[in-house]
Amino acid sequence: MQEHLNRLKEQALAGLDKVLDEHELQNWRVKHLGRSAEVGKVLEGLRELPAEDRPAIGRQVNEVKSSLEKAFAAKEQALRKQELERSLGEEKLDVTLPGRSPTRGRIHPSTQTMRQIINIWAEMGFQVYRSREVETDEYNFGLLNFPPHHPARDMQDSFYTTDPEVILRTHTSPGQIRVMRERAPEPIRVVLPGMCYRNEQITARSDIQFNQIEGLAVGNNITMADLKGTLNAFARRIFGQDVRTRFRGSYFPFTEPSAELDIECFVCGGVGCPVCKRTGWLEILGSGMVHPTVLENGGYDPSVYSGFAFGMGPERITMLKHGIEDIRYFWGNDLRFLEQF
Amino acid sequence: MKVPLSWLTEFVDIEVSVEELVRKLTLAGLEIEQIRYVGLPKSEGAHAETKVTGLAWDPEKIVVGEILEVMPHPNADRLVLTRLSDGKQEHTVLTGAPNLLGLKDSGPLETPIKVAYAKEGSQIYDGKQAGWELMTLKPVKIRGVESSSMACSEKELGISDDHGGIIVLDDDAQPGTPLADYMGDVVLDIDILPNIARNANILGVARETAAQLGVPLKKPSYKVDWKGPAINGKVSLDIREPEINPRFVLGLIEDVNIAPSPFWVQRRLRLAGMRPINNVVDATNYAMLEIGQPLHAFDYDVLVERAGGGSPTIITRLPDPGETLTTLDGEERQLDDFTILVADTAGALSIGGVMGGGESEVSESTKRVLLEGAAWDFINIRKTVAAQSLPSEAAYRFERGVHPAMAERGVRRALELMRELTGGAVSEGLIDEYPKPPVVPSVEITQADIKRWLGIELELDEAASLLGQLEFSTEMDGNSLRVSPPDHRLDIGEGVVGKADVLEEVARVYGYDQIPETQIADRIPPQYANPRLDAESQVRDLLASMGLQEAVTYRLTSPAREAKALASQGTDDREYIRLANPIGEDRSALRQDLLASVLEVIARNVRFQERIAIFEIGPVFLPIVGEQLPLETDRLAIAMRGPRDPLSWQDMEPGEMDFYDMTGVIDGLLTGLHVGTIQYEPTEHAAFHPGKCASILVDDRELGVMGVVHPMVAERFESPDTAIVAANLDLEALFERIPERYPIPPVPAFPPVLEDLAFVVDHEMPAGRLKDLIQETGESLVVEVSVFDLYEGEQVEQGKKSLAFSIVYQAEDRTLTDDEVASLREKIVKRLEVELGAKLRDY
Repeated sequence: MQEHLNRLKEQALAGLDKVLDEHELQNWRVKHLGRSAEVGKVLEGLRELPAEDRPAIGRQVNEVKSSLEKAFAAKEQALRKQELERSLGEEKLDVTLPGRSPTRGRIHPSTQTMRQIINIWAEMGFQVYRSREVETDEYNFGLLNFPPHHPARDMQDSFYTTDPEVILRTHTSPGQIRVMRERAPEPIRVVLPGMCYRNEQITARSDIQFNQIEGLAVGNNITMADLKGTLNAFARRIFGQDVRTRFRGSYFPFTEPSAELDIECFVCGGVGCPVCKRTGWLEILGSGMVHPTVLENGGYDPSVYSGFAFGMGPERITMLKHGIEDIRYFWGNDLRFLEQF
Repeated sequence: MKVPLSWLTEFVDIEVSVEELVRKLTLAGLEIEQIRYVGLPKSEGAHAETKVTGLAWDPEKIVVGEILEVMPHPNADRLVLTRLSDGKQEHTVLTGAPNLLGLKDSGPLETPIKVAYAKEGSQIYDGKQAGWELMTLKPVKIRGVESSSMACSEKELGISDDHGGIIVLDDDAQPGTPLADYMGDVVLDIDILPNIARNANILGVARETAAQLGVPLKKPSYKVDWKGPAINGKVSLDIREPEINPRFVLGLIEDVNIAPSPFWVQRRLRLAGMRPINNVVDATNYAMLEIGQPLHAFDYDVLVERAGGGSPTIITRLPDPGETLTTLDGEERQLDDFTILVADTAGALSIGGVMGGGESEVSESTKRVLLEGAAWDFINIRKTVAAQSLPSEAAYRFERGVHPAMAERGVRRALELMRELTGGAVSEGLIDEYPKPPVVPSVEITQADIKRWLGIELELDEAASLLGQLEFSTEMDGNSLRVSPPDHRLDIGEGVVGKADVLEEVARVYGYDQIPETQIADRIPPQYANPRLDAESQVRDLLASMGLQEAVTYRLTSPAREAKALASQGTDDREYIRLANPIGEDRSALRQDLLASVLEVIARNVRFQERIAIFEIGPVFLPIVGEQLPLETDRLAIAMRGPRDPLSWQDMEPGEMDFYDMTGVIDGLLTGLHVGTIQYEPTEHAAFHPGKCASILVDDRELGVMGVVHPMVAERFESPDTAIVAANLDLEALFERIPERYPIPPVPAFPPVLEDLAFVVDHEMPAGRLKDLIQETGESLVVEVSVFDLYEGEQVEQGKKSLAFSIVYQAEDRTLTDDEVASLREKIVKRLEVELGAKLRDY
């Protein structure tokens, strides 16, 4: 009997060696471990054996069964591994086919630049103050030290409404007066972003509406050296640590002294190219010390308080950064333009 | 303002390179737009911080030449051959210059004509081409005669765009001298900002140059070589409006010989951008360009005739009603009641400071010239220039303010020039009425002022010396410096304003590049919360995250454009903020709505892409009755059309966006902002499909409207076959609904029970009613209800529909038992049946 069991075991294991796939493996299992397996029949035949032999034979049968089950499990494992390797070898994707993107929306480039500028100023303690777009002539000009018929008014062609005293603001500067009147005599550090309007031809270089962001600091002992230091710090933040700047004299009626901050043209490195109009410099910021008359109009005594103001155009900065040559793209809303940002 | 360097150096010695000079002047606020080389060699290696143009004349090849004889061309009437010496040898040079044609056949010239001679191989501008094209002189054959060199026109050398004839140099030019040595120049093109209009002249720029370089200014003497008898008694003055005309100065020169000016005068005028006329007019222009005082020359004999042979009286006055004047340009002008006139007893002669009259102007036959130098109120001149649209070089200066002290200097300078150029005799003395001298301001500054305003440490004596460079007079007064401006400036004020004016001058001369860089030492101001800004930012980010592109459109539109977004397109009777001076009718009013704006963006893009999903955030402008300024309030508009997703190579057609895509976007936005209960109620709106339009409510407050755009409207915006869905929200109302804080409940610890229930209801029954009622009935145990199926068809009765809901039951504190769920379900089914007539559908 023992011999019979050994033979059965050897036959079964030899058969297992020949098994090549899952299907054959299952057939093997039915044959050698199933209900009608030979090993099982030995157990059925136990009754016919002498009672004293039965435990030993039963143990032997169980040993054979257990070793066959182990061999089966090992074979099954090996076959799965083999199958996995085969399928990994066969399944190859064309990795160059296009992906399925979730549809992505974007923020308008002008808003993006505005946000970047606002964030930089926020870190320097300048908070956003929003001011209206339709203004009185008094706020847009008069209180900002542009007397009627002053030549400086030529620099800005205004849109007038049917009420001659009401215009579309030509700059964000009327907000200076509004924030000063609201906060005097507190110190102020704000930026005033928003849309401005000028009565110009719509061309690649000029448009009837444009964003501006203007900064205003008012307090004790705020100096022109502070203005220069602050603007340079800003320029480094937005144009890079190594940017070369030029702080030069200029004129705005609401600041005195006035200055402009240029950065060295990053397209040509200062040699001169069409982007910088061959000057090597890009005009970025107009600025100056708040004019005493403007401080007074805002409710601050110019003999006690001083301050500086500066302004820039997010669209211009966006154009410079991305080499955009036509300002009309900004309000043209051609998605083929907007979707590139 | 164009400044030839040769002219500038008459008033200041310049030891630095042109590039360095340009850098310094630019920092001081005189922005040099370009450096134009006119002959002089360009600096080697120096980096100009501005645009550089122009031409350097080769000293070997472009020299002074002299024409010894003009001979006919054998084959052409309009060309001549010249025998020309370059100082070393003679050449035959062919030219078509009209100013030589008359001399052919007259044999060797008694006085040789000095010309600018360019030899073979010279680089010059092509005179025949428009613009500035460089060319190199090569031998050519013209009508059988070979020529390889030429006598140049001003255009060919880059002096001006005049190509009407060859340059005739003054007789002092030595043949063979390199032309660049004789008259090479550099012209600085300066952008003169309104605050430094005093520098719109050579002397002004020289003064700035001297201050920037720290060298003395060579001041002009204004000396006149009087020759003729005294002017007294030959003319008198009557100033009737001293506020407008604070000073008037007259000079007289007799025996003038009207002729073209010598070349050096013509060249300078041209380099400075003016056209030479004749020696008298040129003298007035030259003096104006040099020191900044506009002048006017009258034919004295015409005035005498108008005075009936007696001595004329010059009157400055306002016009009589209806009075007109024919100006130099031949136009008869209607005068405003503020137009200041220079007149005599016979009538108006010229518009003061702006333009002369035709009758009394200097002509070929003029023998005696009466020269006017006057001062005018700049605002009055501005008004006149605007009213008459008469810009001129004179008006340009007067409308920016010219100090009355300059009137006398201008007359003296021009008289002396006229004497030089015309050979006339200047009558002794001037007639000078000065009824209204300007008040000279006196400004006090301290060292502390300088520190406080400019942030620089500067001793007062140093400040005094810097100001002295610009001819300010200064005087120490204890611990302060008393400063008065020089008598060519009107821009320095009094008090605190004067202080800032003076400090600006200190900063400019000190040098902007020398100002240190510091940071504000003052305390950080009080900080203010700005939830509005944060919310606006969040709205943008949420919408972009849902696949929408932000657009920014023109805020200027027209009522007709906005009406296009309404189905009826009827007349829009809303009041608009309208422009008095629009660029066109279609941009003549400020928008009241954003819907038309976003629809226009759709219309603009449909040709290029199918799927468009955009939004805009921005103000609309609503007039308020009784208020000067409109309400500016922010809106949000969204518009979408086309496929839900971009087409993929693998997928099925994604389907087109419809009403429920918009509901999804609005839900996404509002839940993202954590507002309260969101509801949609059917409504009607002129822009939308009447059956596919809803008002958007949060906590029963209406925030806006959404829906499928009315097909007629969609067609107008270039989308006739594809539905547009749009929404229009009041952002201010939305922001009010955003809670300051919102609670985050714990993640449920007990398992949910999920159940699907389908109800058959009337076709008209809104799904929202069922949903709300299920929620209400389940109270806190129903944590989620959503529609997962809508069915209408054979399986349900006609006029009915089946709505299937998926319901999530869950308790915070326990696992729900089957019994609890069953009784909840029973309550829900019963309530829906009783209140909405809904029947539970069996499968």
